[in-house]
Amino acid sequence: MGMELAGILRFLASFAIMASIYAIFSMGLNVHWGYTGLLNYGIAGFFAVGAYASALITTPMPTGVLADYVDQAIGLDQPFLVGVLGAAIAAGLVAALVGLLTLRLREGYLAISTIGIAETIRLFFNNEPWLANGPEGLIGLPRPLHGLVAPRYYNYIYLVIVLAFLGIIYVAVERGIRSPWGRVLRAIREDEVMASADGKNVFMFKLQSLILGAMIMGIAGALYAHYSAAIQPGVFTPLFGTFIIWTMLTLGGTGNNRGAILGAFLVWALWSWSTFFISKVVPSGFQTRAPFIRYVLIGLVLVIVLLRRPRGIMGEERQVSRF
Amino acid sequence: MPELIVYGIVLGSIIALGSVGLTLIWSITDLFNCAHGDQITAGAYFALLAGSLFSQLGFLQGKVGPFSFNWGVLLGFVPAILLSAGLAILIDRWVYRPLRRWGATSIVGFIASIGVAWVLRGLIYIIWGADFHFYSTGLRPMLFLPLGIKLRTDEIFIIVVAWAAVALVYLFLKRTKMGKALRALADNPPLARVAGIDTERMIVWAWAIAGTLIAIAGVLYGIETQLRPEMGWIFLLPLFAAIILGGQGSITGALAGGLVMGIAQQVSTAWLVPSYKPAVAFIIMILVLLFRPQGIFGRRRT
Repeated sequence: MGMELAGILRFLASFAIMASIYAIFSMGLNVHWGYTGLLNYGIAGFFAVGAYASALITTPMPTGVLADYVDQAIGLDQPFLVGVLGAAIAAGLVAALVGLLTLRLREGYLAISTIGIAETIRLFFNNEPWLANGPEGLIGLPRPLHGLVAPRYYNYIYLVIVLAFLGIIYVAVERGIRSPWGRVLRAIREDEVMASADGKNVFMFKLQSLILGAMIMGIAGALYAHYSAAIQPGVFTPLFGTFIIWTMLTLGGTGNNRGAILGAFLVWALWSWSTFFISKVVPSGFQTRAPFIRYVLIGLVLVIVLLRRPRGIMGEERQVSRF
Repeated sequence: MPELIVYGIVLGSIIALGSVGLTLIWSITDLFNCAHGDQITAGAYFALLAGSLFSQLGFLQGKVGPFSFNWGVLLGFVPAILLSAGLAILIDRWVYRPLRRWGATSIVGFIASIGVAWVLRGLIYIIWGADFHFYSTGLRPMLFLPLGIKLRTDEIFIIVVAWAAVALVYLFLKRTKMGKALRALADNPPLARVAGIDTERMIVWAWAIAGTLIAIAGVLYGIETQLRPEMGWIFLLPLFAAIILGGQGSITGALAGGLVMGIAQQVSTAWLVPSYKPAVAFIIMILVLLFRPQGIFGRRRT
C-alpha cells in the first residue's frame, strides 16, 4: 500500500511539473493575447528558442566518442540558472526581431506570420545539424540540484523549482498588468486607435508586450528542456508547442492569470490522462491510433469553450490599478 | 531548372485551387479559415474511401487512359466533392454561424477554426491511421518532354483539371445571378443585405463552392504525391501566402499567387533542402506583407 501511494505521488509530481510548465506558457500567451490582443500562433517558436538556448548554454562541447555523433555550435557548460536567463534573453531577442517585422500588420496577418516563424525555426533546427545536432537533437541536459536526493525522488526537487518560477512569474505579471503600463496594454487591446489618440506609442507597447511574453515562454521552454533532459525539433510542433496552450488559456479564462494556470492544469490532465484511459478501453489493434483522440479532444474543447463560454471558466478579472 | 518550373506549375495549380476557396470564404464571411488545409486532407481521403469501396465491389478497376489511377478514383471525385461540400456547410452551421449570430469578431472564428482543424486531423488519424496511402500502387507513366523535362501523365491531368475547375468557378461568379450576389456580398455586405440578398443562404453556397474546390485540390494532391494526415496542414502557409500575394478577395490574384508560390517553392529546391519549402512560402509572404500589403496583383482598397 505504501509503495502504491509513493507511486501515485511520483506520478502526480511529474504531472504537476508539466502542468506548471504549461501554466507558465499560458501566462506568457495571456500577456500577448489576453492583455494586449496580439494573436501569437507561434508559441512553439519561442518554446524552441528557449529550450535550445538553455541546452547550448548548459551543456559542454561534446568530446571523445560523443563528438563523432553530436554536433553543436556552442557548448558553454554553464549552470542551470544561466541557461534559463539565456533562454529568456534569446526568446526576447527573437521576439524583438519578429515584432519589428510583423507588429504593424493586421491581427490575422500577425497570426499567420507567427505560424510561419515557428515553423521556420523548427525547420532550421531540424535541417542545420551544425547548430544543435539536427533531427536527433541534444541529450544529457543537466538537471539542477540532482545530487541532492536519490534519482527516483528527483521529480519532487524539480517540482519545487518549477513552482518557484511559476510563482515569481505570476507575481511579476500581475504587478505589471496592474501598473499604468499594463493599463495601456489593455487600452490597446480594446481600441488601438483610441490608445494612439491618447498619445500612446502603440507599436512600442505592443513590442514590449511581445518581448515580455516571449521571455516568459523562453523560460518555460528552458524548464521543459531541463526536465526532459533531451530535446529534438520534433517536440516543437504546432499542436504540442502552440495550440494546446491556446486551448488552456481559452478554457481557463483569457485575461486572467489564475485562469491561465487553471486551464493549463485541466487541459494537461485531459491530455496526459486521456491516453491512459483510452489505452484501457480500445482494442489492441487500434492502439497506435488511439493517441490521436487527444487531437480531437483538444480541438473540441477549444471550439466548445468559444461557442458556449467564450470568457472561459474564470473570465477576465477586474483590474484595478494600484497607481 | 525548366523542370523545376514545370513541377512548380503542377504544385501551383493545386495551391491556386485551394486558395480560391480560401479567399472566397475570407471575403464573404471575413473568416481566415485555418481548417482549410485539413479540409483538403479530408477531401483526399473521401476519394480514397470511395475508390476502395468501388474496388471492394469489384468494378471500375481498370486504369484510366494513360494515367496511374483507376476509374474508381476518377469517379471518386463525385462523392469526395459532395462529402467535402457537406462537411464545409456543417462546420459553418455548427461553429461559424453561431459565432456570426452573436456578433463575435472574426478573430473568434479564426481561433475556432484552429480547433476545427485539430478535430478534423484527429479524426483522419483515427479513421485512416498515420500510414501513407496511395490511390494506386502501379507504375506511374512518364512523358519525356523537350529541355529534359520528365513529366508524369498524371501531372498533365492535374493541371488540366485544376484550371478547368477554376475556370468554371470564375465563370459562375462572373456570369450567373448567384455569382453576382456572392460578389456583391464580398464587396459590401451591408449594401448586399439592403439589396435583398439572403446573406446566410449565400454563405452556405460559398462554403459549398469552397468545399468543392477543396475536394478537387485534395484529390489532385493525393494523385501527385500520397495521402497522409498532415498533407493539408503543410498547405496552409502557401495558401495564405498565395492570397496575400494576390490581394485580399481577388480571385485572379489568388490564382496568380498560387502559381507563384508553387513555382517559388519548387525552384527553391535547387538550393535548399526540400523540407524548407514551407519556410520559402512564408518568407515570400512576409516580404509581400511588409512591402506591398495590398498584394502584388491586388489593387489598394480605398
